[in-house]
This record gives sequence, structure tokens and C-alpha cells, in this order.
Amino acid sequence: MTPLTPMPSDAILKPTHLPLVEIRDLRTHFFTDDGVVKAVEGVDLDVHANRTLCILGESGCGKSIMARSMLRIVDSPGRIVDGSITYRAADGRTVDLAKARLGSKELRGIRGQDIAMIFQEPMSSLGPITKIGKQITETLLLHRKITKAEAKEIAIEMLNKVGIPNPAERYEAYPFELSGGMRQRAMIAMALSCEPRLLIADEPTTALDVTTQAQILDLIAELKDELAMGVMLITHDLGVVAEVAEDVAVMYMGRVVEKGDVYSIFENPQHPYTQALLKSVPRIGGERRRRLPAIRGMVPHPLARPSGCPFRTRCDHAMAGVCDVEVPELTEVGGSQVACFLHDTEVANG
Amino acid sequence: MSAIDHSPAAIADAPAAPILLGPWALMWRKFKRHRIAYASLWLVGFIYVLALFGNFFAPQAHDETNRRGIFVPPQAIQFIHRAEDGSARLQLHVDALRMKVDQATMRRSYEAREGEIIPLGFFVKGHPYQLLGFIKADRHFFGPKNPDDVAYFLGSDRLGRDILSRIIIGTQISMSIGLVGVAVSLVIGVSLGGISGYYGGWIDNVIQRVIEFLRSIPTIPLWMGLAAAIPLGWPPLRTYFIVTLIVSMIGWTSLAREVRGKFLSLRNEDFITAARLDGLSDWEVIRKHMVPSFSSHIIASLTLAVPLMILAETSLSFLGIGLQPPIVSWGTLLKEAQNVRTIIEAPWLLIAPGTMIVIAVLALNFLGDGLRDAADPHAQ
Amino acid sequence: MLQFLIRRIAYMIPTVFLVSVVTFAIIQLPPGDYLDTLAAELADAGGLDEGTRQALADQYGLGQPIWVQYLKWMRGILFHWDFGISFEKNVPVNDLIWDRLGWTFAISILTLLFIWMTALPIGIYSAVKKYSVGDYVATFFGFIGLAVPNFLLALVMMYVAFKYFGQSVGGLVSPEYIDQPWTWDKVVDLLKHIWMPIVVVGTSGAAALIRIMRANLLDELYRPYVVTARAKGMSEFQLLMRYPVRVALNPFVSTIGWILPTLVSGEIIVAVVMNLPTTGPLLLRALLVQDMYLAGSLILIVSLLTVLGTLISDLLLAWIDPRIRYQ
Ligand SMILES: Nc1ncnc2c1ncn2[C@@H]1O[C@H](COP(=O)(O)OP(=O)(O)OP(=O)(O)O)[C@@H](O)[C@H]1O
Ligand SMILES: [Mg+2]
Repeated sequence: MTPLTPMPSDAILKPTHLPLVEIRDLRTHFFTDDGVVKAVEGVDLDVHANRTLCILGESGCGKSIMARSMLRIVDSPGRIVDGSITYRAADGRTVDLAKARLGSKELRGIRGQDIAMIFQEPMSSLGPITKIGKQITETLLLHRKITKAEAKEIAIEMLNKVGIPNPAERYEAYPFELSGGMRQRAMIAMALSCEPRLLIADEPTTALDVTTQAQILDLIAELKDELAMGVMLITHDLGVVAEVAEDVAVMYMGRVVEKGDVYSIFENPQHPYTQALLKSVPRIGGERRRRLPAIRGMVPHPLARPSGCPFRTRCDHAMAGVCDVEVPELTEVGGSQVACFLHDTEVANG
Repeated sequence: MSAIDHSPAAIADAPAAPILLGPWALMWRKFKRHRIAYASLWLVGFIYVLALFGNFFAPQAHDETNRRGIFVPPQAIQFIHRAEDGSARLQLHVDALRMKVDQATMRRSYEAREGEIIPLGFFVKGHPYQLLGFIKADRHFFGPKNPDDVAYFLGSDRLGRDILSRIIIGTQISMSIGLVGVAVSLVIGVSLGGISGYYGGWIDNVIQRVIEFLRSIPTIPLWMGLAAAIPLGWPPLRTYFIVTLIVSMIGWTSLAREVRGKFLSLRNEDFITAARLDGLSDWEVIRKHMVPSFSSHIIASLTLAVPLMILAETSLSFLGIGLQPPIVSWGTLLKEAQNVRTIIEAPWLLIAPGTMIVIAVLALNFLGDGLRDAADPHAQ
Repeated sequence: MLQFLIRRIAYMIPTVFLVSVVTFAIIQLPPGDYLDTLAAELADAGGLDEGTRQALADQYGLGQPIWVQYLKWMRGILFHWDFGISFEKNVPVNDLIWDRLGWTFAISILTLLFIWMTALPIGIYSAVKKYSVGDYVATFFGFIGLAVPNFLLALVMMYVAFKYFGQSVGGLVSPEYIDQPWTWDKVVDLLKHIWMPIVVVGTSGAAALIRIMRANLLDELYRPYVVTARAKGMSEFQLLMRYPVRVALNPFVSTIGWILPTLVSGEIIVAVVMNLPTTGPLLLRALLVQDMYLAGSLILIVSLLTVLGTLISDLLLAWIDPRIRYQ
């Protein structure tokens, strides 16, 4: 992969226009028989149009649940218990997705049309006994006033665009006739068929081989530029982040612990967790594709959240009497925002 | 990569994770939450106890006829006895009955005899019997205090036999047919299903064809054909075993299918490959690793098979080609209620054994369902 | 698809052969034969004299080795469409059975429709509204339906119909219409009667299918592809029908394979109780008096038609589920 070259400075600058989606203090909990799993516990995040936001974090930290909360597709016993997800539509109206009634026309209109999602499991995310073509045209016919023939035309064009050979033939294929990579491409074609304003991609390449991974990521990047859409990419792969991200948010136990543009995060990580995550990447421009490194200790059981800062049990800088008492809020440090008492001026000053 | 630190200090700080339970304990906990299933477990247990100590629980001898007690309707148990002088006292009893025959219509009816009652009590002396087949006894759980009195709590049949006692004695046959039949099914089903799934290939093919064949022919005509071949003169015990065999002939197929499916999916699991690489023989692999991993499913399927067999026996005996009198089973009891005229005259002949069957089958179904849900790790 | 069809039909041939052998073996099982039964019945009238006995035995090939009898019977069926003769009634089996078989299968197929029409919507409702009051009610009735044996339900319904509605009991038409030509009134009368066996035979099957549909659908309802469909913006009803229900329908369709035999079984036993002019009473009587060709033909044809039904259900399944078709 090509090393990161410094981008023109205006690309790094925060966009001045309003964000596409503003998530504020989002809390999504699972009410299980064993107790309440706080999968998302107070997330603040902005997603911008025409930018790629990468979400980083260990397995189980709530990335997928956060993304699903945005579309209100969290399965029971999960429920958004607090917070807001403000979506700004093309005409400037805003909708709080967190409070929209499930099944309402408004919410259904946004799903698939304005915000589309690609899922983690390419194998099982397509209807098993429905033709690929039908699954794509379905979305089109749902959101647009076009005829079936037109929808078919668009769908075939879309399949072509995502690099599926023989699209007209594949249109008639069933998912089980396609390889994993092809299925994921079909998923992308499906998600992009309505030209959404925001694409949420939840580890779209985890199940694929390296070459296909690269192709699919390139494809997403290309389509992002073409449609000027916002992209929210969930991944474990630091190489991918370095390559495609403009913004990065790092999550730990259902909270965003650090967020900022990719340069601030990679060059100057502030949170001990981010630092630990990035430790294995010696310097920017060096070796890229690396899995998340192991960090001291284990992630606490979801039912046994530590008091105060959730990371304190594994943190080398944990301060007794401070970190176990209060939950740190995100504060501006340098180019990024960090939730850590090390950077809290009040605490630092004593 | 930073090394994983196992120092106690790092771990001690983290709150303890909830304790993990073993698979059986987990299953039991899940099962107990299924309240109907849990209650059914008790009910089924109670029914089997009833069967085991049938003679003790039956107030009368089940085959004792009584010419003065033909088609007696169920008698209500009363608590307060009012003597002639007007004083009332607590005394469990039923009315003493007098039979009246309307000479014109030849219809029988019963009326209470003035001032006469049949006192009832617990642990009363009654007809002698052998508890569990070898202990001589004459105490009964509940019944008339005077061994010469009769009380029909659920009515009597055309020979004046006590329906309640007959149902209790019938429980022995009907409930045990389910158990014995299931045992037969278990042996055939698990071995054939296991062979089929473990070895695959042509053996699997043959067994699958046989199962398909057995399942594709309607059971009742097949059973009827087989059962009709049982000579009427055979001793009851032999008839009983043959009927059980006939009834279990179908039950094993579904079990074999299930076992085969499990074997197929397990065969390729890593822990089985590992066990085989460890040098365990096929049999050891099956016994030590495969069977434990689906025994809970088998228990659930078996529980669900019991009611099917009970129903099958009942149907055959009802048609008159299964068990024959003098064997008493719920099916042979219902045979007494075969035509509408009898039912209209004596509905209890239908209602009492019918209710018993429905209760037993329901309880077993609930129990099996609860077990299956509990055995399924994915079910919530 | 054609290949699939040919393969399935080829599979059927050994089954059909086995069915005929097993049938014949079963009717041969009882010790003695019809002549013994006849002799016993005629015992009071001086018994069966040896000459008549020999003549009858020759006529029917009795006393020959079993496989010869089997071959004779089979040859008659295959080449002359002759199922033999009913000893008891002394008429060809052909004259006795077809009307009755027709009714048996008419009732069985109507019952199948009844089962589908009730089980499908109730099962879907039960799964989607899991643990709702409606689900509990459906589950409860489902369990009751499974727990009540067919003949018991038949007796109860006859009792209720007679006692509270004064309806004539048993049969498919009221006594005054028996042997009458078909008229509109007779059809109406038939409809008034036929629903009862259909409901009686269908209840346990419907109960079973409700539970199967519910379980199948619950399996599918939380799959990722359902979430995908939801994320597309489809309404819940739309996505339910287009995705999980379609997938859950497959195992449901394949249940016809085994439900048909149980329906035929149920119909036979209910027919005995309700005294319907179908296979049941005839078969029972034939078995009891060892009228072996009659009994054997009935078992054979009922089994064959059921095997055929299973084949149709398999084809239907392959038609719905591309995964099976392409195997
Ligand atoms: N159905 C559920 N019931 C209970 N807890 C759940 C459920 N689904 C998710 N969780 C919990 O929510 C937390 C976050 O899960 P999530 O799927 O968002 O993780 P993730 O960050 O996407 O992990 P990965 O990188 O492995 O995909 C986990 O701790 C998990 O235990
Ligand atoms: Mg995830």
C-alpha cells in the first residue's frame, strides 16, 4: 500500500458546514436475563458528508451496536435508553433518529434511501432464496417512483459498477451461487443503489482475502468521491484506517475515548488506550497492515463495568481516587478530543 | 506487541465476572424458568407414582362387578353430614344409593337413601392386593370406611365396575407402554442413526431409505394390519409386548434422523477430530465425546415420543385390535364408550378416561418441550 | 428440474416394491386364512364340507407357497388391474374400494387445505408476536390439539352435536340422502356433515404445523438478512413476507410429506368412529375377518397414494427452494 503522503492542508481541516449526523450521549443497553449490558454508554460523535470516519476498537466495544442504533435496527433485548441521533436531511430538516417511532414512514424513508448499511457477515446478510437482482431492485422500487424495467437497468449498472463480471447474468443468480467477495459486492451494490447520503460499513472486508479487501475498500472510496457521501467505516485494521480515513474515533467499552482527524490520532495519540493500540505501528509511513495489538489485561466482562473510567483497570497511568470515581468527558486536546483525566486541566492542576 | 500481564494486581482490580455454570446446571436453570414444563415434571412424576402404587390408590378392585351398581353416575363427595336429629358434623361421605328401574322404559336411575350414608376415610381397609406385585396389603389411600360399601367417584360401567379404579389401574399399562416403547425406540434409533451418521456412505443410504419407506406409509393401516395379526388367544403379557413393539416401530425413525443429523454436524467439529487424533477408537469417540454433546436433545426427543406411543396404543385398543380385555388400559376403557348411545347414557365413560389421557399427554408434551428449549443453547 | 424429477421417481420404485411386499406379508401374518374364519363361522351349520373347501382353496390359490400367491396377486394387479376378490362379500375388490378410497383421499386433501389455512397465519402470528396473549392462546390450543387423540375428539364432537344441536350423527350425508342421486340439497347436506371429520382429522396436524411454522420462523426472524431488509426501509409486514416467511415455508412444505400419511391414518380411524363410507370401516372389517385381498389392496393403495403425495410435496419443495433444485 502507498505510504501516507501529507494531504493538502484544507482536506485536513474540519469541514465548516453542519454534520450529517450528530450523535449525542447515545446509550443503547441490552436487558438480558443476567443483567443490563451497556453496549453503548454515552457516545458523542459527528459524521460529515463527503468524509470517511473510521471507528476503531476491540471486539465487543459496541461499534456495531452504535452503528445499528443509528438505523434503529438493534434487536431486542437491546434498546436505546437515552441520547439523540440528529440526522440532517438534504432539505435541511432534522430528524432525531433515536426518538423516531419504529416502523414510522419517516424512519423507513431514511433507511436505505438516505442512510444505507453494509453488514459484517456477507454470507448471511443476503436473503438466501431471493435472486440478487430482486434484492437490489426491491430497494429502488421502495424509495423511487420508477418502473420495474428501469429498476432492473439501474441494478445491473450498479452490479457492473461494483465490479461484478457479467452483471446481467448475475442479476438472476441466487446468493449461494456467488463467492463471498461477490456477495459483499452485491451487498454494496444494494446499499448504494439509492445513492445514500451516508454509508455505514461494518467491517465490510473482514471475511475476505487481502486482494478482495483492497478492491472493495477502493471501491467504497471511489463511490464516496463520486456521490459525495459520508462514510462510516468500522474496522479493526489500522492499515485500512491509515489509508482511507479522514476522521477517526476510538471506542472502548461503549464510549468514544478519543476522536479527531487521522493525522492527530496517528501522530499524536492522547489517550493511553489509543497509544497502546498504535504502539505496534512504529511510525507513520512505516509498515501498515497490522491487527490490533494485545493490551495488558483483559476487557472487563460487559456485566461488570468498572466504576469511573472503564479503561482504568488496564491503564498504566490510572490515578487512584480520580479515575475510579468519575467518568472522564471528551475534552479538546491539540487536534483531537480525548476522554482522559490525564488531559483534564483541573485534575492535572491538582 | 505488548505482553499480556497476568500479575494479580492487574486482575484483582477488575470486578469479578459472573460465575459460569456447567451445561447441565445451565439447562436445569433454563428448564426451571419454563414454569409450565416444571409443573408438568411434577405432574408426570405423580402419574407414574399413581401407576406404580395403583392398587393402593384405587379405592375398589378394578375388576369387581356389581349388579346393583350399573352405570352409576359419578358420586359427589360431601363434607358435612346432617343426622336426623338436626345436628351436623364433619364427615366425608357419599350418599348411599338405591337403584330404581322404570318398568315402562326399562331405564335405570339412582336415588339417595334417606338418612343412610357411606362414610369415607383415608388409609382405609379394603380389598386385599399385592403392592408392587409382592407386598401383601389391604390398605387403600382413600375410600369407604366399610370394606363392603362401594363409592363410585367417577361413576361405574355396564358391569358396575368402578371407573376411577379402572383408570388408575389402566395408568400402569398405558404409561408403561410409552416408557417401554421409548426404550425400544432409543436402542434402535440411536444405534441406527449413529451408524448412519458416523459412517455415512452406503450404510447411511440404506438406513435412510428404510426410514423414508417407513415414514411414507400411513401408520394406522400398517398398525392395524400388524395388530390384527395378533391371535386373540395370546396371553395378555405377550400381546402387551407385541403391541409395544408395533407402536415403537415408527417412533425410532425420527430419533434416528435426529441422531444422524447431530452426528453429521459433529463429525467435522474440531474437538472430534482432535479426539480421534488422540488415538481414541470410534466407539470411544462416540461414547465419550459425541453422545454427551447431544444427550440433552435425545432426552427431550424421547420425552416427546412417549405421548405419541400412548396415543397410538390408545387408538389401537380403542379399535379393538390392540390390547384386549381383561387388560385394562385407557384405550380399552374408551372402547366401552364406542357408540353415541352409550355416551349419551353414561358420558362419564368417555369423559373420565379421555380427560386422563389428555392430561397425561399434555403434561408429557409440555415437559418434552421445556426440555428441548432448555437443551437448545441458542434459544432464549 | 427434469433430472431431479427423474431421480425422485427412480427412488420411488424400490419403495413401491417394498410397500407391496410388506403389505402382502402383513396380510399373511395371521395364522390360518379366510377359509378357517369361514369354517369357524359356519361351525354351527355343520361346518364347511371338504369338497367346497377344496374348491375355494383352488380358486383363490390358497395353500400354495406365499411367494406364488404374491406373484399371482401382483400379476393380476399389474396386467389386468385385478386386485383379487373379497372373500367375505364374494365380489371383486375393485367393486368395493374405489368409492371409498375416493372419499378417504377427498377428506384427507380437504383436511390438508384446512390445516394449511389455519396453521400458516396462526404460526406466523405466534412467531412474530412471541409471548403475546395470542401466542399463548395459540400454543395452548396447539398442545390440546396434539394431546387429544382423533377418535376421542370425534366422539366428543359427535356427542356435542347430537346432544346440543340434535344433528344426525355419523355418515357423510343424512340417512335420507344415502343412495339418492346428487342434488343441490344433498350437496348442502354433505357440507353440513363433512366439516366434522375434516376438523377432527385436521386438528392435531394443524396444531403440529402451527408449532413447526412458529419454530421455523423464529429461527429465521433474527437472521442477518432480515436486518438487511429492515435497513433497506421495508415495512415490517413486507419484509416478513418476502424474506423470513418464504424461507421458513420450505421446511413447512416438506412437512406435507409426513403429514399426508398421518392424515390418511387419522381419517381411517375417525371414519370407524363416525361410520363414514370411507376406507376405515371396510379395512377394519376386512382385517378382522381376514378378508386378505381386500385388506391388502386397501393398505397397498392407500400407501401408494401417500407415497405419491410425498413425491408431489418434494417436487413442490424443489420448485420453491432453488437450493434444493440446484443440488
Ligand atoms: N443480543 C445481545 N444481547 C446481549 N448483549 C449483546 C447483544 N448483542 C450485543 N451485545 C453486547 O454488546 C456489546 C457490543 O457488541 P458489538 O457487536 O457492538 O461489538 P463490536 O464492537 O461490533 O465487536 P466486533 O468487533 O467483534 O464486531 C458486546 O459486549 C456484546 O456482549
Ligand atoms: Mg461488530
